[in-house]
Amino acid sequence: MSSLFDWFANIRKTEPAVQKQQEREIADGLWTKCSSCNSVAYTKDLQANQLVCPECKYHNRVDSDERIKQITDAGTWKPLDENIHPIDPLKFRDRKDYQARLQDYQSKTGLTDAVTTGTGLIDGLPIALGVMDFRFMGGSMGSVVGEKLCRLIEHATAESFPVVIVCASGGARMQEGMFSLMQMAKISGALQRHQEAKLLYIPILAHPTMGGVTASFAMLGDIILAEPKATIGFAGRRVIEQTLREKLPDGFQTSEYLLEHGFVDSIVPRTQLKKTLTQLISLHQPFYTLMSPLEQNNGHHSEVSEKV
Amino acid sequence: MSKTKKKTFLLDFEKPLCELESRIDQIKTLAEENQVDVSAEISQLEIRADQLRQEIFSTLTPGQRLQLARHPRRPSTLDYVQAISDEWLELHGDRGGYDDPALVGGVARIDGRPVVIMGHQKGRDTKDNVARNFGMAFPGGYRKALRLMEHANKFDLPILTFIDTPGAWSGVEAEKLGQGEAIAYNLKKMFSFDVPIICTVIGEGGSGGALGIGVADRLLMLEHSVYTVASPEACAAILWKDAKKSDRAAAALKITSWDLKELGIIDGIISEPSSGAHANPVDAAVKLKQAIWKNLEELWQMTPQQRKELRYQKFRNMGRFEIVEAQ
Repeated sequence: MSSLFDWFANIRKTEPAVQKQQEREIADGLWTKCSSCNSVAYTKDLQANQLVCPECKYHNRVDSDERIKQITDAGTWKPLDENIHPIDPLKFRDRKDYQARLQDYQSKTGLTDAVTTGTGLIDGLPIALGVMDFRFMGGSMGSVVGEKLCRLIEHATAESFPVVIVCASGGARMQEGMFSLMQMAKISGALQRHQEAKLLYIPILAHPTMGGVTASFAMLGDIILAEPKATIGFAGRRVIEQTLREKLPDGFQTSEYLLEHGFVDSIVPRTQLKKTLTQLISLHQPFYTLMSPLEQNNGHHSEVSEKV
Repeated sequence: MSKTKKKTFLLDFEKPLCELESRIDQIKTLAEENQVDVSAEISQLEIRADQLRQEIFSTLTPGQRLQLARHPRRPSTLDYVQAISDEWLELHGDRGGYDDPALVGGVARIDGRPVVIMGHQKGRDTKDNVARNFGMAFPGGYRKALRLMEHANKFDLPILTFIDTPGAWSGVEAEKLGQGEAIAYNLKKMFSFDVPIICTVIGEGGSGGALGIGVADRLLMLEHSVYTVASPEACAAILWKDAKKSDRAAAALKITSWDLKELGIIDGIISEPSSGAHANPVDAAVKLKQAIWKNLEELWQMTPQQRKELRYQKFRNMGRFEIVEAQ
């Protein structure tokens, strides 16, 4: 509901026709209102600041395309598995057919499902990157999210790439029933193999990271980063309030709360994210990749260390 | 005594059968007292009862199956452990300051072979249920389970898990201690163990809380158990905006053992006694043990590498999507 797009949609419905033109200009992107402090910023400035409000430092939601641009070096992004599309395995119908819902979100977002995956360079270093997009059914995890992330991780294991996944999800996609629950196990299995190859995995927890995503790949990083003030948790706030019938502590389930309790390594402002990622990846590069090509040609790193 | 208990926990669809059964009992007693031979009538009534039982239990709706899976008298993890093992020693604690009574485990001997068993534990009555948090485990429960699995792996003992939980506990303390992290870590680590892992849903398989001890070489379900991505009540509240639509959610989510076998989520269904496991726990335990043993024998034929590959591929293949070739 707090999405900027919803906000504009509501305005359009309720405001008189005269103002419509002006509102459309905003919707078309000249000016953008911060969803936290309501201050209006020139959209280009806001984008230059990676959608972090210059006034209140609020991290406005970023769609996956924008996020990829923020993290990878220009012109290096190679998407993977764009041809994987969701289906409706259970013929699920709540108040609307799942199939129809999927089509709505696809036409609204231009995405096939809630994650985009691919490879790219980050300051010249190769990474396998997965970015979830909250706009697509709340970033919920169904078969496509699971399959694309698994293929990404397996590709990274084969190529010895570090994996970075930007999480933004309400959790499992109920419309796919048990298939969605099992994606948690499936992705965790792929990460186990990536880990056995001694490769680096860094999840970035953006707002919100909940449910089955928290209880699987979001919490399995070698190093876990979070954006400031993101909501991160297993059970939803309302669920907990209902079961306990009491008010929840201030700042409960925020990035800062998780940092305090030892579940994230660092809270990184978005404007520092690329720099931090580059630093972490370069600090964890296998020793032999840092050697000169000549030394590498002489053989495997273990032989080199024997010589030493 | 037993009759009053039976009445308290009677589900709606069980009522006609129970009434018929108690009438048969009454006639038997009366006949005995008055020394009249009514064996012909009795056997006719018993045939009728069998038919009725068949009718009722073969046409249960997913909502009714959910009730059956949550039946207060349904055998729990510790009931089955007692019934199938020759020896059993419960082990306690996550070594991090907590021992969760909602997720129990220990070492056991079944038909002469040592195994490690763990599972969610619901209470047997209200007091016990409060103590065991209705089978909803804390992060410490999952960490205890992990510790026991690592123990099993070290000593080359097969891991058997019994799944029976409405879900992992949702509370402030559980969040603070990292419920998500505890489950996530189990999921990952369970792919690394060399020993055979057999997981059986014995009652209610509730979401991530169930999966947290559910990564298996063989995933089995008792006939009348259920396994869900979210409780039908929660699903109805979110998708239908009406928690009372839970019957419809239960049907739509495909939660029964037959549905999940057909969808390729589980490997096998363990049949239950004709009126459900709660009506004949001893028989249910025998069937459970046979099924576990059969699967274990097959798994023992494999090398650890084969088992791990099988486990990986089994979950790797779960999911339905389509590949759309670009025009």
